[in-house]
Amino acid sequence: MNKKEYKKYSEERAKKSPLFSNCIKAFLCGGAICTLGQLLKNAYEALGISEESVKMLVPVTLIFAAVLLSGLGIFDKIAKHTGAGTLVPITGFANAVVSPALDTKNEGWVLGVGAKIFTISGPVILYGMLSGAIYGIIYWIVKVI
Amino acid sequence: MRKDIIKFKNPPSIISRASVVGNKEHQGPFGGKYDMYDETDRFGMPTWEQSEGEMQRQALNLAMKKAQLKAEDIDAIFAGDLINQCTSSSYGLLDFDIPYFGLYGACSTCAQALLLSSMTVSSGSFENCAAVTSSHNCSAERQFRFPLEYGSQRPPTAQWTATASGAFIVSSKGKGPYIVEAMGGISTDMGINDANNMGAAMAPAAISTLSRYFTVTGTKPADFDKIITGDLGFEGYSIVIDIMEKQGYDMRPVYTDCGLVIYDREAQDMHAGGSGCGCSAALMAANFLEEIERGILNDVLFIGTGALLSQMSVQQGLSIPGIAHLVRIRREI
Repeated sequence: MNKKEYKKYSEERAKKSPLFSNCIKAFLCGGAICTLGQLLKNAYEALGISEESVKMLVPVTLIFAAVLLSGLGIFDKIAKHTGAGTLVPITGFANAVVSPALDTKNEGWVLGVGAKIFTISGPVILYGMLSGAIYGIIYWIVKVI
Repeated sequence: MRKDIIKFKNPPSIISRASVVGNKEHQGPFGGKYDMYDETDRFGMPTWEQSEGEMQRQALNLAMKKAQLKAEDIDAIFAGDLINQCTSSSYGLLDFDIPYFGLYGACSTCAQALLLSSMTVSSGSFENCAAVTSSHNCSAERQFRFPLEYGSQRPPTAQWTATASGAFIVSSKGKGPYIVEAMGGISTDMGINDANNMGAAMAPAAISTLSRYFTVTGTKPADFDKIITGDLGFEGYSIVIDIMEKQGYDMRPVYTDCGLVIYDREAQDMHAGGSGCGCSAALMAANFLEEIERGILNDVLFIGTGALLSQMSVQQGLSIPGIAHLVRIRREI
């Protein structure tokens, strides 16, 4: 067996992740987080908070919950089952920032937490901003024309 | 012509052994057999890397105590772990005041340390050597994969780095179990670059060492009471059985793998099983060598298998070479 054949052989025999049930779990969990967001919005509005502030308070609450659950060691146990369901909403981003921070505190505030906090979310921020800038330029050109 | 097999004229004995494990390993099928465990996995230390070093310190301490040996009785330590520059070993064993050699062979380090200890003891250079290895799930996850609390999903072929350490005293004076033969592994790269399928990356190295050994010695799997690899997990274990069968060797009746059995894979949700240089070390120390001493097993091949990757080599898209070192352990000579 040469390298190519072996790679094909090992890939074919490897058990795949259960795509269907993973999708269902991700869908339900992602949906549940969004529903929670809506409930929070309704609750804050019922308290008479202005719309501007509610728009801020809902994500802040979700981020706080995700950060707290990460710190308590619960978030990764949920995300193990729900995958993109917890990753894609703002909760995933919060976990991606807080987990390297928790992990690197022994290496110090500067070279540990400071340098490593964005190791996972860094690419998202960089390419998110870059694509935003590109979109802005295209939008500007289209508008000028 | 290369000397493929080292046949020891004066086979050294493994006169003492000790194992120290974490909580998940303690909850596994061999839970009652390990010498020590800590349910927090911390071993009283502030960082995970130091926890791993502490496991090595405790394991060697215990192995020396069992053999009633002091530091001045040990000529050298061969030790290794998975952490960059093997710092868990070097820091963990700092207090012993014994000449120290740091090894890196990934999960094969236990077999590598036993092989090198046997060579130096059998040649008469040393009288007593210590072979110590460890791995810690939390320090390895941090270094090779993601932060511990990051919510990621692992595929079914992924292996779980065991929190475990094993220490062995290899001596020229002893009544067995004897290390009678050894064979150094040749790095084998079959193009696997999926770090979540290390079983498939390491299996070709195990197959290479096994078939080389069977060819040179004219033996077959059935000549042994047990053939133990460590740690291919379910994926690598099944590949070895399948490919060895195609080469005309029936491994099934005598074959087991430390990564496959260290956990209850279903109940503990361990995917393909365990890995790490502490996995095979702890299981050899706690279970298989005990079975040899009790006479349940008489003639055993132990093949340590390692995946020689780093986080950087994976990021640069390089494929993962595997290595497999073999030692043959017998109850009597």
